[in-house]
Amino acid sequence: MKLTKLAAIAVAATVAAGPVLADLVFPSLDYRTGPYAANGIPFADGYADYFALVNARDGGIGGVPAKVVACETGYNTEKGVECYESTKGQGALVYQPLSTGITYQLIPKATADGIPVHSMGYGRTSAANGKVFRNIFNYPANYWNGASIAVNHILAEEGGDVKGKTIALVYHNSAYGKEPIRTLEELSKKHGFKLSLLAVDHPGQEQKSQWLQIRREKPDYVLMWGWGVMNQVAIQEAANIRFPMDHFIGIWWSGSENDTLPAGDGANGYKALNMHNVGSDFPLYADLKTHVYDAGNAAGAGDQSGTVLYNRGMYAAMLAVEAAKTAQEMHGTANITPAMMRDGMENLVIDEAKMAALGMPNFGPSFSVSCENHGGPGLGVVQQWDAAAKSWSLITDFGPSDMEVIGALIAEDSAAFAAENNITEGCN
Amino acid sequence: MLYREAGDYKTSYAKDQQTFPIAFDRYGYFLTIAFAVLVVPFVLNDYWTNAVVLPFLIYAIAALGLNILIGYCGQVSLGSGGFMAVGAYASYKLMTAFPDLNIVFVILLSGGITALVGILFGLPSLRIKGFYLAVATLAAQFFLVWLFNKVPWFYNYSASGQISAPERSLFGFAVTGANANPATSYLFCLGFVFVMAWAARNMTRGANGRKWMAIRDMDIAAEIIGVDPLKAKLTAFGVSSFYIGIAGALLFAVYLGAAEVGEAFGIEKSFLILFMVIIGGLGSIFGSFAGAAFMILMPVLLKNIMVGQMGWPTDLASHFQFVIVGGLIIIFLIVEPHGLAQLWRLAKEKLRLWPFPH
Repeated sequence: MKLTKLAAIAVAATVAAGPVLADLVFPSLDYRTGPYAANGIPFADGYADYFALVNARDGGIGGVPAKVVACETGYNTEKGVECYESTKGQGALVYQPLSTGITYQLIPKATADGIPVHSMGYGRTSAANGKVFRNIFNYPANYWNGASIAVNHILAEEGGDVKGKTIALVYHNSAYGKEPIRTLEELSKKHGFKLSLLAVDHPGQEQKSQWLQIRREKPDYVLMWGWGVMNQVAIQEAANIRFPMDHFIGIWWSGSENDTLPAGDGANGYKALNMHNVGSDFPLYADLKTHVYDAGNAAGAGDQSGTVLYNRGMYAAMLAVEAAKTAQEMHGTANITPAMMRDGMENLVIDEAKMAALGMPNFGPSFSVSCENHGGPGLGVVQQWDAAAKSWSLITDFGPSDMEVIGALIAEDSAAFAAENNITEGCN
Repeated sequence: MLYREAGDYKTSYAKDQQTFPIAFDRYGYFLTIAFAVLVVPFVLNDYWTNAVVLPFLIYAIAALGLNILIGYCGQVSLGSGGFMAVGAYASYKLMTAFPDLNIVFVILLSGGITALVGILFGLPSLRIKGFYLAVATLAAQFFLVWLFNKVPWFYNYSASGQISAPERSLFGFAVTGANANPATSYLFCLGFVFVMAWAARNMTRGANGRKWMAIRDMDIAAEIIGVDPLKAKLTAFGVSSFYIGIAGALLFAVYLGAAEVGEAFGIEKSFLILFMVIIGGLGSIFGSFAGAAFMILMPVLLKNIMVGQMGWPTDLASHFQFVIVGGLIIIFLIVEPHGLAQLWRLAKEKLRLWPFPH
């Protein structure tokens, strides 16, 4: 027991010396270590760099500097809880945990604490129903949109008829990977394709048997819900069995440079979804170079600039900053609280003019958030990998998803959550 | 000087056989309990509870359970993560199927269900031992995780396979769910820890504990003097799994609130608890607490020092944390293979003679 007490005293001493409440705090529950680091690093760098840019170029958000508090989760839910508890006392405005597992943990905690959570394109899909999940947002698109957009792309490729075709789903055997299954099952009923499910266990390095099965069953298309090291292995395995890469479509979390580069030429033609534009051909990057990179303030090693997930980190930060600005306007104060931030997120409007003014023309879809719809429009694009040029390019426009199917599923799942937790649906 | 037994007379057998025969120890124990019950609840905040105290208490229960099996009965098990998962899923199913059932009974019943599963997976221990038994329990670990992933009934057919704990209260105070007060969940877990540690201590020095230890030291000799190996081994598996199941149920219901079997109860968890037992000290109640404290508090402490105080980048700190904790484990095992409990015993021996060792 003595040892416990000693350690406790030491921890107390270190915790007591927390920072003062002056800045707008944006915690970054990131992961730069472990099997998911290859994808966690670019996102965390993009997230931090955008806030660094806003501070250096604009003097903060509405004149108040933004502060990014990084906390390493290693994609582990227990560390995620520790990070949440250690950062929330510093005035955290919004959490973006970049992990579906951690998001599930934070939904009840953050709701009780009145802090908004933005799980952009991940997390609990039915959080799109803002009448039940008042503090949780997942705009601009969620997993079920992703599943539907992928199926729509296949429909377009096949001339609108996929009857009798087989679509295999290779998924991370966790809450994250299981999310799209319900939607894909509904869609398979609707469009008449056969769905085959292949689970890959954490961390995803061992996929020989799954790809052997694909080789034997010869599905017409393979969809993938992978993350971290699982992506690289899957793309390499697909190349090994000479699966036609343009019939292999990943979710937006399975389509970054770090996933495709290790497979070399074998990855050529691999497709993935995306919710924003790719590349570094935006005026914003000139600002980043002047104010952040050249000043030596780039986060991490500074080598991720312009990659898909770096752009996504920036996009997440941009949406958070715009929501904070909206909140500042709504409440007429620059020092906003988490509750005000929530209002700002719920009334967020992103249009082309706004994005162009920020130096990100055509970066993402135009959308607005409302209490009824925390999920945004559910638009997505398909991008394709060019192994020779080592770059991604968008091959479609922002396309819609089958909201008829998804809307019903969201209503059903959120109603179940509301019943379990005694929440009455409503906007007040 | 301070720590001595001179003048501390025992006038009955009961007094001679008490857990803390030295008065100084006894007062220290009472003080610790009083501190834990009367002071700690009032100074706890969310961070302390959720990042430090709750995981420590819950893992202490798991370490106690595994210590009974490995330390006292000598049966190596790598299935603790799977058994914790049984506890967690049992509590989830009980909570959702019987919303009016008191949370204390939910936790106890989850422990009971885990005990049955543990006995089932303990059956191979009657035929195999050592490394082979470790592999058999490893199979239990993988099988149970696979089962909870595969069969949707266990997670009530939710889309994501996640289980989340609904709010349950005790005497009107929320214990599980997001609205639980830190002090309430702390006292709830502390109650379990106290009762279970007390039970473990008394079980291990009673007839059952002696049978376990006889089996551990030499099973053939134990059988010859009349210990039934079937009963002894299976009770050890049952009791150990009961503890681990309760730890799993508390981990899920009180601490995490939501869990997913592969991530929360994977093989890493089995190793974590095994390390706690080995570092703390095999066959020691105090060792279970010391090991849990070491494995849970050390990373948090290091993180707060390196990131909070020295301002290091989080990835560097996280890598260093592995290096330091790993290095400390090796040092401890070289310097004192019997764990922190043995260090504590040695320190006490020295203190009894201090300052006149000769």
